[in-house]
Amino acid sequence: MSGIYTMLPNAPRPFNGWTGFGLSVVLWIGVTFAAYLLAQKLYRRFGGNPILVPVATTSAMVMLVLWLSGVRYEAYAMATKPLSWWVGPATVAIAIPLFAQLDRLKRIWKPLLIALLVGSLVAMLSAIGIAWALGGSWQTIASLMPKSATMPIAIPMAERFGGLPALAAVAVVITGVVGTVISHPLLRLLKVTDPAARGFAIGLTAHAIGMARELQVNQVSGSFAALAMGLNGILTALLIPILMLGLQ
Amino acid sequence: MPLLFIALSVVVLVVFQLVGDFLVRALGLPVPGSLIGLVGLTLCLLALGRVPAALGKVSGGLLRNMMLMLAPAVVGLIDNFGRVREEWLPFLVAGVAGAVITLGVTAVLLQHLLHRQSGQVGDESAEEGKA
Repeated sequence: MSGIYTMLPNAPRPFNGWTGFGLSVVLWIGVTFAAYLLAQKLYRRFGGNPILVPVATTSAMVMLVLWLSGVRYEAYAMATKPLSWWVGPATVAIAIPLFAQLDRLKRIWKPLLIALLVGSLVAMLSAIGIAWALGGSWQTIASLMPKSATMPIAIPMAERFGGLPALAAVAVVITGVVGTVISHPLLRLLKVTDPAARGFAIGLTAHAIGMARELQVNQVSGSFAALAMGLNGILTALLIPILMLGLQ
Repeated sequence: MPLLFIALSVVVLVVFQLVGDFLVRALGLPVPGSLIGLVGLTLCLLALGRVPAALGKVSGGLLRNMMLMLAPAVVGLIDNFGRVREEWLPFLVAGVAGAVITLGVTAVLLQHLLHRQSGQVGDESAEEGKA
């Protein structure tokens, strides 16, 4: 335990009992919200530089506050449950951009389906292979496996097969940020000019982070990124149990 | 837009989430409940044939601010700094190289397949490529 709070052993403990819990809910959701507003300002100030993607900067700021105040993560996680619970309904909401793309989907479903299957498998097998070759523990490998899926799907999938939710979250953020940063130079190098192919590859690799960026740059590639993110999330959740059967 | 419809849209998303959670638990499925909710809502929208305006608005708002709701999970890293310090190499290489490989393979493959299809089918799919 570290932090200012523990240095004051006789300080009043405000967070006891139900009222105290209610107060800590308001406090920690408030801290998270304030950090998020600041992170968004920072992100916009630097022209949407993917290195400053708000989920990373928000979390870094909250971690700093937790470290300074000596409050344990467990207490923070419990207090912010009313906030993090909404990830579920937000994931359900991916159905809406998915539905909006169905017309296009009907016309080019075959190429999209093949690219989706291959891309999804490459994402998972490359993560497993690299982590294994570099001597990563099973916990690390399982945390890395679903890293191209959107976070609300990747976290429970990693957890179910022996990974750690926080490590999975970090792997997802690294992949999203790296994928977004390298996407435009890499695709230029590979001479991929088709906006549908560009957007689909970016959404499949870099999920919500890549999608958010593409939607700012180009409507067509942005909506294909949303489609790929939704489909890859679904496919990752379906393929991991099958891959696990194969590995065991 | 009437507040009632906004509230109703929130309820719809929550109900799909809860039903998804229930089905996952009842049937012992190896996927998150929200995924079942996602597929269920997509099927319902297909049956309906359109997205109600209020639902579109609520969903857009939720999706745009998903990073706020995800932050508490990432903050959990604070308890796992030791692990990341020990195993930073597989994390970093798998993250970076994995992203490069996945992005490259998917983009090149899909562009190739789309061009081939537009060559066969003709103008409609070619339009798609240029759209």
